[in-house]
Amino acid sequence: MSIVTKVLMTGNAAIGEAAIRAGCQCYFGYPITPQNELTEHMAANLSRRKGCAFVQAESEIAAINMVYGASLAGVRVMTSSSSPGISLKQEGISYLAACELPAVIVNMSRGGPGLGSISASQSDYFQATRGGGHGDYRTPVLAPSSVQELADLTHRAFDLADKYLTPVLILGDGILGQMMEPVEFRHEAPEVPPVRSNALRGAKGRPSRIVKTFTSNPSTLEELNWSLFRRYQVIKQAEVTYDTFMVDDARLVVVAFGIAARIAKGAVKTARIEGLKVGLLRPVTLWPFPAAKIRKLAEDVKQFLVFEMNMGQMLEDVQLALEGSAEVSFYGRTGGVIPTPSEVLRVIARLYHQKGLHR
Amino acid sequence: MKKIYSRPKSLKKTAFHYCPGCGHSIIHRIMTELIDEMDLQDKIIGIPPPGCSVFAYNYFDIDMAESAHGRGAAVATGMKRAYPEGIIFTYQGDGDLAAIGTAETVHAANRGENITVIFVNNAVYGMTGGQMAPTTLVGQKTTTTPYGRDERMEGNALRISEMLALVKGVAYIERVAVNSPTNIRKAKKAIRKAFQAQIDGLGFSMVEVLSPCPTNWRMDEPEAWQWVSDVMAKEFPLGVLKDVTGESHAS
Ligand SMILES: Cc1ncc(C[n+]2csc(CCOP(=O)(O)OP(=O)(O)O)c2C)c(N)n1
Ligand code: SF4
Repeated sequence: MSIVTKVLMTGNAAIGEAAIRAGCQCYFGYPITPQNELTEHMAANLSRRKGCAFVQAESEIAAINMVYGASLAGVRVMTSSSSPGISLKQEGISYLAACELPAVIVNMSRGGPGLGSISASQSDYFQATRGGGHGDYRTPVLAPSSVQELADLTHRAFDLADKYLTPVLILGDGILGQMMEPVEFRHEAPEVPPVRSNALRGAKGRPSRIVKTFTSNPSTLEELNWSLFRRYQVIKQAEVTYDTFMVDDARLVVVAFGIAARIAKGAVKTARIEGLKVGLLRPVTLWPFPAAKIRKLAEDVKQFLVFEMNMGQMLEDVQLALEGSAEVSFYGRTGGVIPTPSEVLRVIARLYHQKGLHR
Repeated sequence: MKKIYSRPKSLKKTAFHYCPGCGHSIIHRIMTELIDEMDLQDKIIGIPPPGCSVFAYNYFDIDMAESAHGRGAAVATGMKRAYPEGIIFTYQGDGDLAAIGTAETVHAANRGENITVIFVNNAVYGMTGGQMAPTTLVGQKTTTTPYGRDERMEGNALRISEMLALVKGVAYIERVAVNSPTNIRKAKKAIRKAFQAQIDGLGFSMVEVLSPCPTNWRMDEPEAWQWVSDVMAKEFPLGVLKDVTGESHAS
């Protein structure tokens, strides 16, 4: 029996540690704040490890293409960056999705657009959940809200990537990446990490293999797109994950993800003390989105408040889920501004009374 | 009767789609001969580019994967790092390697990545219809330099092999051409040496191949082959630019 103990770690380092324990053999990255501790953790712990590789790439474009190469060779592989760097990775993510190659991509997002700010933000929601690069594809997107969850979801990201042969995104932010919390790792790194059976390793004892999408026949590509979307349908059925807090008798439900959900939870707790019947729904998978759960909640709840650290991106998914069956309000702070629980509480309380929910 | 010529085992029985007189078919031919002769078919992995050679995987009977435009050296880096026992090569055009993929190429060379790059220089963008490449000669007409490349506005032909020869991590670079039987034999020898450098773990190896593109040069085949020697090789002199293979063999 192995003894599991908690250690104090930054979110960034916890992702790295969890990745290594999940059997990640290769990491390719490029420095950008606020995720450098992750790159540094991999440099310290992967570069000298047997059978493993760490490369500080010349750019995020190079890093994601190294990921593509390592995934072709059949190993578990990861890269990480923050918003501007994730924009550069979109070319490679599209290729990974098209060629059905597993990989884990971490975005510790920061304020944008442009060079923006290095402060935490959630404004890459659209980019993450709509594919991000060119072409018809989606990627599973996991949104942790604590250091423990960063570690757990990192492991899950590798499993999902292998199971569905797809790149998987972890969408965090600068606060999650840089804050320290106790975390326990539930897995030991495998002695011999597995190699995927369809890897390109030379045509030894089997016919040669080609991994590609390019075709002069559009209907071949249409068939590929269909096969990807059939798989996405399975992901939508099987992998939706969310967390609820005090929604059972709620008259107003706040919908928030990641660090914003943590801030909102503080506000909801105080609202409850003040007698307001408020609950929280936190999507853990942003894609697939817990649309069915939100529709179900709307059977009893007629007022939703979407709270994000952006100008209203997940808001659109909530509106789509509700199909007009309940009212939706929005509160957002953006550019890297970090709202406080009491600020969110004020918004909740005002909305609660404006809509007559106290009656 | 003695058989002196046959289809290489690692060359598929598919007719090339390349234009008559195109260098790509010759390069594929000598590479597949080498893959047979060096017994590499079961451990080599090729990374062809977007470009006229995008369908190289239809001809090479080996494991192959497409790459994004210019990213070959990064893809090969990831692959080699994940699977060091593999023999990894990229096959790249001059637009692919010397324009959009310059950074990936230079830094893979500088890290001394133990990979082989086959760099096909035909002085134009073939696949997209004959636009200017970084390697287009001053004065040369292309669809985007209709009055001839003007160095004051479009710069000069970029000599990537000379640049990379200055980089420490590079084990071997040679520039060859495939426009005559003698040159083709030399090209094959160079590619053999490049693969061998990788097998011996010496670092980055690259062979630049001056390759005729009769279609986009608007020439017939003999004219194009002649132009490689008479004009192109003046700007891009043939020969070895860097070679440390002998040094380490001696040790
Ligand atoms: C990101 C991106 N930009 C542009 C293209 C279009 N494109 C395809 S091949 C190519 C260049 C081909 O020229 P070269 O690399 O010299 O190879 P050749 O066709 O001459 O063999 C370009 C620009 C692309 N596929 N991807
Ligand atoms: S366009 Fe040029 S490079 Fe392309 S196949 Fe034809 S001759 Fe070869």
